[in-house]
Amino acid sequence: MKGRTHISAAIFAALWGTSVLADVDVTIGYLSVITPPPPTLSRLDEIPENLGSAGAITGIEDNQTTGRFLNHNYSLNQTAVDIDGDYLAAAADLLAASPYLVIDAPMDALIAIADLPSAQGAMLFNASAQDQSLRSTDCRANLLHTIPSNAMETDALAQLFVSRRWDDIVMIAGTYPADTAYAEAMRNSVRKFGMRMGDEKTWAFDADMRRAASAEVPLFTQDFGDYDVMVVADEVHDFGRYILYNTWEPRPVAGSEGLTATAWAPVIEQWGAAQLQSRFTEAHDRAMAPVDYAAWAAVRTVGEAVTRTNSGDFDTLRAYILSDDFELAGFKGRPLTYRAWNGQLRQPIAIAHPRALVATAPLDGFLHHINELDSLGLDRPESQCEAFE
Amino acid sequence: MILRSALFLSLLSSAAWSDEIWVTNEKDDTVSVIDVDTLEVIQTYPTGERPRGITFSHDFSRLYICASDSNSVQVMDPNTGEILHDLPSGEDPEQFVLHPDDVHLYIANEDDAITTVVDVETRRVVAQIDVGVEPEGMAVSPDGKIAITTSETTNMAHWIDTETQELFANTLVDSRPRHAEFTRDGKQMWVSSEIGGTVTVFDVETQTEIGKMEFEIAGIHPDRVQPVGFEFSEGDETVFVALGPANHIAAVNAETFEVEDYILVGRRVWHMAFNGDKSQLFTTNGVSGDVTVIDVASREAIKTIKVGRFPWGAAYRPTN
Repeated sequence: MKGRTHISAAIFAALWGTSVLADVDVTIGYLSVITPPPPTLSRLDEIPENLGSAGAITGIEDNQTTGRFLNHNYSLNQTAVDIDGDYLAAAADLLAASPYLVIDAPMDALIAIADLPSAQGAMLFNASAQDQSLRSTDCRANLLHTIPSNAMETDALAQLFVSRRWDDIVMIAGTYPADTAYAEAMRNSVRKFGMRMGDEKTWAFDADMRRAASAEVPLFTQDFGDYDVMVVADEVHDFGRYILYNTWEPRPVAGSEGLTATAWAPVIEQWGAAQLQSRFTEAHDRAMAPVDYAAWAAVRTVGEAVTRTNSGDFDTLRAYILSDDFELAGFKGRPLTYRAWNGQLRQPIAIAHPRALVATAPLDGFLHHINELDSLGLDRPESQCEAFE
Repeated sequence: MILRSALFLSLLSSAAWSDEIWVTNEKDDTVSVIDVDTLEVIQTYPTGERPRGITFSHDFSRLYICASDSNSVQVMDPNTGEILHDLPSGEDPEQFVLHPDDVHLYIANEDDAITTVVDVETRRVVAQIDVGVEPEGMAVSPDGKIAITTSETTNMAHWIDTETQELFANTLVDSRPRHAEFTRDGKQMWVSSEIGGTVTVFDVETQTEIGKMEFEIAGIHPDRVQPVGFEFSEGDETVFVALGPANHIAAVNAETFEVEDYILVGRRVWHMAFNGDKSQLFTTNGVSGDVTVIDVASREAIKTIKVGRFPWGAAYRPTN
């Protein structure tokens, strides 16, 4: 009986809460620019329709639960547009409603949106594009990145290679731009941590292959000779899955397949991550993907700044987010902060296979004079971004 | 043969009336019982899934265990290890605190953003209180009038009036608050923040912050110094704070809020319990799967005891 009274009191409070004006009311936009994936050898991978936006929704819910106690209110405006559609108009619409916009789009679209007149004085969050140049020569002062760059992920793998003494490395790369970008990042990482990339081959088979990919792989990998680890740069997930267990030499496979470095994976459970995973899965009926995590982190960034400053003022929030006082608890065992030189969210990188977490970078022993997390990706002297100065 | 000698040992130990420290093993679904005199594990009992919070009734005749993944609070007879019954607890109970009335359990439901109040006698839910995301730390004032829930992702201490079972204050703390305790005089309430790396002290009467402490250990990056569980020494003079992956316990002067010592323990230290006269402190070390015994007077670790996988909570039981 007493329990029932409390439940109705709670409902009343909730209704009452929405009927009065909140002290701070924050709307966040979410735009996904849909790019159809290229054809691949396997159709096993299903791309969820709510990839990214599901993470934003969980972020809004987390913000809202906190906001309830502070009279802060949050809402999400979502739009999805095809890459051939008018995504600039869609972005301008969302920006008219709110200066905070989380975007899942390829690099070119992202830059075009960031350069919109209506995006000046806004805060955009890149939740999916991993291109290095977005954190360097192509950076924008109004664009933060919650998804790690390719370089952060390949640096994480390179640290593992060093610690495992797998320093004889070979690589197979696909031919899509995402594959070649990943391969280039891997080469840089191997060099950065004092190793040398050995032989490389390009997977450029077309319909003329005349055998199943798995049957082709032993022969294709035979002339690598001996090595410690094989890197596969196959970001579109075309051929990479057929490399594992089919190599001429029995060796581990890492990169886009096998042992991968990533912002988020279903196998992360430490540091309270199990709670975020179960909250997400319960709400969306699937596992949380890296883009979901990046969208969640973007929405939580705004929420955390509103909570701590008790303000909805754009300039106050932006200054706070980029200050030393800001920190986001991102279920990765360390506070997450933004790099002041290029707007990249500093974060530990998970090194995992589909069944378990193998390690978390930065690995023990990879030191940095300011923050060990800056051993991953573009450090201040390496980035050519000047927009934040 | 082995069985018989184990049986003999357990008979012997109960005959000797040694006090005990009970430890939940989060990834073994067991509790380990440590003999305080011999500093050895004398019993291991099975529990529900993912046992975390652990506490005894005031007469130590019943043991309450948060079996998080079984979505229940289990009640165990500590003399036999038998599970007597389950209490309704709400989803995913992680940590709880027993009210001074010995009847009401305040339970943090981590997945549901709720604090559930259960009457352990009628075995009914008395109230459910909406709190922030991922409630964890639970405390109750010595006079029983205030209960505290800390929420890890909302980053607040929620102040509950135990008469109305409603919130009367919400105070922001640093990131990922994990544990809360009142001082024995009820005047201060302390909260640890794992990711913030701090412990905050509140004045209970005004719910305002009166102090905050930070920790610094040579050779360990500040990001890895993560305060979680803590306990007050005899007389409330010293606070022992577990620093998680920094693998140290800090001894803090409870008056000046200054750190006096750091004591090296096992890996990812979580929670702790004192023995009866508070001369020894037992810490649960999650990653290394053991318990470190600290001599409180000398502030030195004197022994490591292997328990189950991922030991989490600890509770003291006198048997004399």
